[in-house]
Amino acid sequence: MATSTMPRGWRLAGRYTLLIVLTIVVLFPIWVMLVGALKPGNKVLQDPLLPTHVTFDTLREAWRDGNLGRALVNSTIVALIVTVAQVVTAVLSAYAFAFLRFPGRTFVFGVFLATLLVPFEATVVVNRSTVQDLGWLNSYQGLAVPFLATAFGTFLVRQVFLTLPKDLREAARMDGLGHLGFLREVAVPLARPTLGALALFGFLSTWNQYLWPTTISTDDDWNTVQSGLRALAQAQIDKPNLVIAGTVIVALPIFVILLVFQRQLVRGLTAGAVKG
Amino acid sequence: MTRDAASRRRWRDAPLALAMLAPSLIVLGAFVLYPLARAFWLGHQRCDPTGANCRSNGWDQYLDVFRSEEFQQAFGVTFRFAVLTVPVGLALGVGLAVLADKQLRGMGFFRTVFSSTVATSVAVASLMWFFLLNPSVGVLADWIGGVAKNPGLLQDEDTALWAVAISSIWANLGFTFIVVTAGLQSIPADLYESAYVDGASGWMRFTNVTLPMLGPTLLFAGVVLTSRAFQSYGEFDLLTGGGPNGSTTSLTYLVYGNNSIIKNNSGLQAAVAVLLFAVLLVLSLAQIRGVERRVHYGN
Repeated sequence: MATSTMPRGWRLAGRYTLLIVLTIVVLFPIWVMLVGALKPGNKVLQDPLLPTHVTFDTLREAWRDGNLGRALVNSTIVALIVTVAQVVTAVLSAYAFAFLRFPGRTFVFGVFLATLLVPFEATVVVNRSTVQDLGWLNSYQGLAVPFLATAFGTFLVRQVFLTLPKDLREAARMDGLGHLGFLREVAVPLARPTLGALALFGFLSTWNQYLWPTTISTDDDWNTVQSGLRALAQAQIDKPNLVIAGTVIVALPIFVILLVFQRQLVRGLTAGAVKG
Repeated sequence: MTRDAASRRRWRDAPLALAMLAPSLIVLGAFVLYPLARAFWLGHQRCDPTGANCRSNGWDQYLDVFRSEEFQQAFGVTFRFAVLTVPVGLALGVGLAVLADKQLRGMGFFRTVFSSTVATSVAVASLMWFFLLNPSVGVLADWIGGVAKNPGLLQDEDTALWAVAISSIWANLGFTFIVVTAGLQSIPADLYESAYVDGASGWMRFTNVTLPMLGPTLLFAGVVLTSRAFQSYGEFDLLTGGGPNGSTTSLTYLVYGNNSIIKNNSGLQAAVAVLLFAVLLVLSLAQIRGVERRVHYGN
């Protein structure tokens, strides 16, 4: 150790101690939430850090009061529709930009680029009345349709398509593959890791949407998990541990999904994902 | 080649291209470009307080809104929120990522823990902190005492924005950690080796190798966090409802919040939304420049 006066063992121990302390700090809110959700309402002030008086009644009550079963179904359906649609629209439009020659390509690409500069928060005022005029308040269409395509997805997939060698397209043409055949047999399989990241990212950002569902779901039956949680929090403001039990129910599925798909998530976030 | 043949080639792919672009163009046109243009138009209309009888009367409503006390207060709140959350969030993310970066036993576990808050939606994270800070049952409120018990950190005008900021920093920590960790892993190991051979201490290696090499990553993460801070809505809606006394009424809350004074005035809402767009446009352009730099100088 030419550069340090401290022995290596001590430094390692210091690093691990710090890591453990920080782990406790980061996980602290999650732990308090879990403990709170497992207590009956009249014991919420007792041992807030320890799982005593464990009961599932609070979770059950939150599930019922918040109509969370229905909200989970709604969120799943909407997120799946949006995910599939985003991948499909991204692949199609990216293919057109990467492999097809047509007049005005640069201009249309510029239009796509411009939509990235518009924050969703600035368009909700008008989108709400559009959806209302279409009669789509409280519906799956209303929750999903504004998000069926994103310029972000188009860019991400186009980047991958542009890295494919030109010879590949030529060889495929020799083999008699048209554009659609080439797209299906060659381009999409080669872009699969990126498409996986895009899919996970689309699913997560749809699942986590807050402003949109709270704006257009006015009926309890059309809440997503996020707007359902908001409704529960506002209706049961005097029962903090009922609300926190609802929070656990909403948080749990996403924690599990992310543990499984960690790698895709890292790829999606570091690719320049901006919507949270 | 004759000009005819060239022109035919130019147009040959056009029908297929149109078919492939149409779904995206329709969605982006109807739900991104049209609403922006429409909001721009609505924003100049003067409506009565119930949102009825809107009429065009020049474009000076934008100036009025921009000069109004409510807009300036909301802009100040939003700006302070970004200043409170972004630098601290970045520093914490870098600290955690550097600590967990070594190839040592158990680092996979620590990485999963530090990434974990990325799984929390704004509603989940906000309600966790609402529970922790609840003046009657919250653990943190008990530990802190004083103003945290009465009236509560989220209920006091001087502390509410700080409390919301802490919740937001925690919720964004996972994102920052993941991005910075990826940035660290793209730094070539031989840079550290030569610094080590030159006798640089751990801290010197951090300031002379790690931080400069992380530059593009930090710029990217910083701009994303800043634009998120400017777009934050759920935190304010759930934790404070814009209160107390407007101390947490952000620009987004001014447009969409239940307690906002312009709640029913679509003209004013559209005007504030357009001004929010203008603010974020500046940030987005900074981000594009940042991403370009990332492409040029990054790994």
